Amino acid sequence: MNNTKSMAAGAVMLCGVLAAPFATAATTLESVKEKGHLQCGVTSGLPGFSQPDDKGNWTGIDVDTCRAVAAAIFGDAQAVEFTPLTAKERFTALQSGEIDMLSRNTTWTLTRDASLGLNFTGTNYYDGQGFLINKDLGVNDATELDGATICIQAGTTTELNLSDYFRAKGMEYQPIVFDTSEQTVQGFAAGRCDVLTSDRSQLAALRSKLTDPSSAEILPNTISKEPLGPVVRQGDDQWFNIVKWVLFAQINAEELGITSANVEDMLKSDNPNVQRLLGTDGDMGAKLGLPDDFGHKVIKQVGNYGEMYDRNVGPDTPLGLDRGLNALWTEGGILYAPPLR
Amino acid sequence: MKKQTVDSRPAGPKPWYDPRIRSLFFQFVAIALVFWGGWTLVDNTLSNMESRGISTGFGFLNETAGFGIIMSLVPYDATMTYGRTFFVGLMNTLLVSAMGIVAATIIGFIIGVARLSSNWLVAKLALVYIEVIRNIPLLLQIFFWYFAVLGSLPSPRQSVEVGGSFFLNNRGLYLPEPITQDGFGLVWGALIVAIVAVVGLRTWAKRRQLATGQIFPTFKVGFAILVILPVLAYLTAGAPLEWDLPALKGFNFGGGITIIPELAALWIALSLYTASFIAEIVRSGILSVSKGQTEAAKALGLPNGLTLRLVVIPQAMRVIIPPLTSQYLNLAKNSSLATAIGYPDLVAVFMGTTLNQTGQAVEVVAITMAVYLTISLTISLFMNIYNRAVAIKER
Repeated sequence: MNNTKSMAAGAVMLCGVLAAPFATAATTLESVKEKGHLQCGVTSGLPGFSQPDDKGNWTGIDVDTCRAVAAAIFGDAQAVEFTPLTAKERFTALQSGEIDMLSRNTTWTLTRDASLGLNFTGTNYYDGQGFLINKDLGVNDATELDGATICIQAGTTTELNLSDYFRAKGMEYQPIVFDTSEQTVQGFAAGRCDVLTSDRSQLAALRSKLTDPSSAEILPNTISKEPLGPVVRQGDDQWFNIVKWVLFAQINAEELGITSANVEDMLKSDNPNVQRLLGTDGDMGAKLGLPDDFGHKVIKQVGNYGEMYDRNVGPDTPLGLDRGLNALWTEGGILYAPPLR
Repeated sequence: MKKQTVDSRPAGPKPWYDPRIRSLFFQFVAIALVFWGGWTLVDNTLSNMESRGISTGFGFLNETAGFGIIMSLVPYDATMTYGRTFFVGLMNTLLVSAMGIVAATIIGFIIGVARLSSNWLVAKLALVYIEVIRNIPLLLQIFFWYFAVLGSLPSPRQSVEVGGSFFLNNRGLYLPEPITQDGFGLVWGALIVAIVAVVGLRTWAKRRQLATGQIFPTFKVGFAILVILPVLAYLTAGAPLEWDLPALKGFNFGGGITIIPELAALWIALSLYTASFIAEIVRSGILSVSKGQTEAAKALGLPNGLTLRLVVIPQAMRVIIPPLTSQYLNLAKNSSLATAIGYPDLVAVFMGTTLNQTGQAVEVVAITMAVYLTISLTISLFMNIYNRAVAIKER
């Protein structure tokens, strides 16, 4: 009797669990505010983009993109917690709600945008795929790579670009696919492959990990377009707008000459564009569900796009990457943000 | 009168007090709840994924994959479908598992017997092997064989060469590939005839031994038949076989058969690791056969080899088979560590690249789990059949 009773009770409880309405989703902004911090997905360590130092502080352009969003919401760029993810894990982590936004040098493609239930909010780095090659092979151009063995990292658009490129040129290759970029470099260093392929911004960083970096060189060819940017879940337009416009605010700030150094002086500016961006005029923040001075907080604490770039990947950093495509449209690049009004 | 007898019988319990009906009822409710629970989970997942705009279904299997795979037992190129990548990955997983099971069994039996050797040095060496290998994590061993051994091999242009047809370098081991010409069917035919002949010979020899007690050297004669018949056929047909030799072309060797270092490293690591466990299982099996059995065999005048083959091992097998099955299952599942060194097995190709390109995690993971379950259950099934064959027949 006791047994049947407890069994029945168990069954009722089970029903309760299964029938419980799946937590009615609050908006992402509400849940982030409630938590008191932004949960941001980044790489497990890629110099210039997202990497923890020996004290556990994260730095990098992807990290700063997250910090800017936190500064816009909380007025505190430190209110971010980072979740290191591999290329394979990243989309699942975002889909399942484990993270609020993904900022992990992720290429914007149609398939990812349309079929994963995700939205790309913009581009914080325009990249392209290139080749790192051992100098001994005496190859100067990617068209001479017929028959080469090539190391790649799994779970990236790189695998498809590589296959497309070689097929288009009628050349053959053998792909060796590793799980992490660390193993890819090891495979290259051990001589398992002739060539290592990845986004050009990464090749410089990966080359610096070799025992003798001068033994390898980066070929001049760029075989693909890799617009890298932050990603959010589909279905929360307010959150999508926030992440999108924080980055646009940073780009507009560079265009308007607002930097973290002069932002306090700029508060007195009578340029209406500057006033709207810094929140001294209009209600741009309120339209997004943010404080009106969000632009001020972002620029003050994180800086404009150019500062973010120079600090992490620019010519004075170990990566030493020129602005190139990532310069403002007014300076020969393709960086162009819609007007903040 | 009749009616009275019926009435005088104690009335059966009401249906809801009948223990039989009640137990059936509760079992039915339990099953219904389990099914309803499962269905709710699936339904919830599907509707949640749909509301979040995530693609579902298995249609992606027919889409073009568009990525290369370094090693494939079936024809594959980047223009084929995701469904094909599944097949390629599956074949590679089965290949390394099968190779691993064979090698691990052979090494394991040798080490297990050596562990019991009366030779002090041999026994201690086997002990050291077992204790070292089984106490280091498998993943580290795979890395060791891959990076340590790979690093010490020369580059393709400085390959180790044997007779102009075998080459070893850090891209793999290159062997000549036999290409059969017209008339090779005769050799296959001869091989089949030889196998049938050996089976017949064995039956005849056994019957003769039962009748007359005379022993026929079945093994030696059978082996001779197996070799001589196909060789004769091969020569009669005019040696219909050509060799495709590997040769250095550009960056790498082309032609012939290539054994890629990823496969070699994974195979060696899986075999050695599992063999250390099998060795202990074999030792326990042999020790479980009581000493009296060996003494009885000796008393009958059986030599050492026959004692081992006819008395000890058949009895030891009963103890060995069940745990051996577990080791085979472990090996098949451990082969998924391939992804760490870039061997294109099911997990690396299908649950790695394919999952990433399509983003259909739920479907891909479900298929992959179903495959490992099927592989494991199949191994289990065959081992159980074998176990039943060697188990004690109660008469």
